[in-house]
Amino acid sequence: MMNGMAFRKVKNHLMSFVMLACTLAVLIPLALIFVHIVKMGISSLSIDFFTHIPAPTGEPGGGMANGMLGSLIMIGGASLIGLPIGILGAIYLSEFGGSKMSTTIRFAADVLSGTPSIITGMVAYTLLVVPMKGFSGLAGAVALAMIMIPIVLRTTEEQLKMVPGSLREASLALGVPFWRTSLKVTLRSAMSGVLTGILLAVARIAGETAPLLFTALGNQFWSKNVMQPMAALPLQIFSFAIAPYEDWHKLAWAGALVLVSVMFGLSLTARYFSSSRQAH
Amino acid sequence: MNSDVRSSYCGSETEKDVAPATTKTREPDTAKRLNGDAVFRYLTTFFAFSILAILALMLYEMAGESMPAIKAFGWKFVSSKDWDAVQETFGALPYLYGSVVSSVLALLLATPLSIGAALFITEIAPGRLGSIVAPLVELLAAIPSVIYGLWGVLVMAPWLQTTVQPFLIEHFGFIPFFEGAPYGVSMLAAIFILMIMVVPIITSITREVLLAVPQSQKEAAIALGATRWETIKVAILPYGKSGILGAAILGLGRAIGETMAVTMVIGNAPNISLSLLSPAYTMPSVIANEFAEATTKLHSSALMEIGLILMVVTLIVNALARLLIWSVSREAKGGAA
Repeated sequence: MMNGMAFRKVKNHLMSFVMLACTLAVLIPLALIFVHIVKMGISSLSIDFFTHIPAPTGEPGGGMANGMLGSLIMIGGASLIGLPIGILGAIYLSEFGGSKMSTTIRFAADVLSGTPSIITGMVAYTLLVVPMKGFSGLAGAVALAMIMIPIVLRTTEEQLKMVPGSLREASLALGVPFWRTSLKVTLRSAMSGVLTGILLAVARIAGETAPLLFTALGNQFWSKNVMQPMAALPLQIFSFAIAPYEDWHKLAWAGALVLVSVMFGLSLTARYFSSSRQAH
Repeated sequence: MNSDVRSSYCGSETEKDVAPATTKTREPDTAKRLNGDAVFRYLTTFFAFSILAILALMLYEMAGESMPAIKAFGWKFVSSKDWDAVQETFGALPYLYGSVVSSVLALLLATPLSIGAALFITEIAPGRLGSIVAPLVELLAAIPSVIYGLWGVLVMAPWLQTTVQPFLIEHFGFIPFFEGAPYGVSMLAAIFILMIMVVPIITSITREVLLAVPQSQKEAAIALGATRWETIKVAILPYGKSGILGAAILGLGRAIGETMAVTMVIGNAPNISLSLLSPAYTMPSVIANEFAEATTKLHSSALMEIGLILMVVTLIVNALARLLIWSVSREAKGGAA
């Protein structure tokens, strides 16, 4: 301040440098993790990983094919439950909403998506596992659906709100009933954005581990029956990572690489959809 | 503004629909169509309200299942540190302590870094660079916690044990925070992994808040001759203050509820120790480790009560954060209109 401009310029450069340093401090650990996953994952991946179930304790080899299948089944189930609720709920918020009630619902959805996912697992346990007297893939799917619903609801609503009112008016003026207008005109013209939200929600639940601990439980063998305990890729990564065997650690790294690749693939596809939307 | 117009015309539409539907002069196909609208409205309303129902159901179930533990221990549950499944006495103090210390310290480390990075991305970086870094940070925010945990337990914890912790013990061992033996898995490891995990979240929300700061605010500062840093200090940060606070609180909520990564690196020992090098335990970790194997009613009820505390705390934290973030984006919208 005393030296006027020169001092202020030096301070400006100094603070810019500090901000750059912060950015690097944020990115470097993340880059380290990412590089490590790729390095360890590639050296541990094999065809067996995609075709075999885990080998018995102490034996080398084996894979996580049952975990991948279980994850797919449970993600599919969660989507069957969660997508209709999320999307139709979003239509209410954007097409019928505007009242205090929709603000409350929006708020509840935001708060719900911040609730620790292990709580969702505990609730699914008391609601499904206890009455059905056993851990099951179904309970896992329901727990994942409860995580998915608020995400899909909020992203879909944002997209529906961006559809211009004139489109709805044009359709209504042609005598199309309101419900058909909502589904065939409003929802359809927001489709690429809605799809983006769905992909991001799927990416999120694909990596969830905590809600599956007391619902799907995990399974060492092939598990296709949703009424039985079911294997899942994140669960297998967890139990293999904390086990004291070198071979299992390798499988865990391979699993991590597969999971991260799937999630990045989903995110990039989602980004592609949303950018193609902006281009039009 | 758009939604008002829409709701007003669809409101009038349904009013009109309901009234004439009862009269017999209507043609059958119109009557069917009106039913379709009514059904559609009820259906979407039902699904939207199911969000509230899920939230209420979660609270109800958690509270109901915690009742035996609440009745048996009362306030002693949060003040006692005896956790013994065989004796059936349960006190959650070590878990509360572990959760609070790990997430607050992680947040104290993460927040300044995140604000700096968000400012760099939005205000300093040349256009191209910012648009590369921002999606990268968001991508990293989506990595599942079990993968952070895998890296934490197999790479970071051994590194802490062989390099960082011996160094701290040798040079700072006289401070109670850094005394003891180097275990690797420890409170320190949990703090580091939580910091790495919440940084992308706080950064990307802070970035959104900063983008909502009206251009006119910045231009006013620049017109007065402010340097870039002075513009940030006098115009951008004061305007985005509550939103940035909201982002940090949201990060806190995430850190408190974080389960897998912390469980894998914190060492899972119910200690209350000043030393950051000793293993500790958190609320989500004890649930993750013991819930599936809790055989007695009281044990699982005690774990449920920990879950209930966790849920109520994160509800409050998240509600607060959302209100703060909403206040900024709403102001920005009002300013634009």
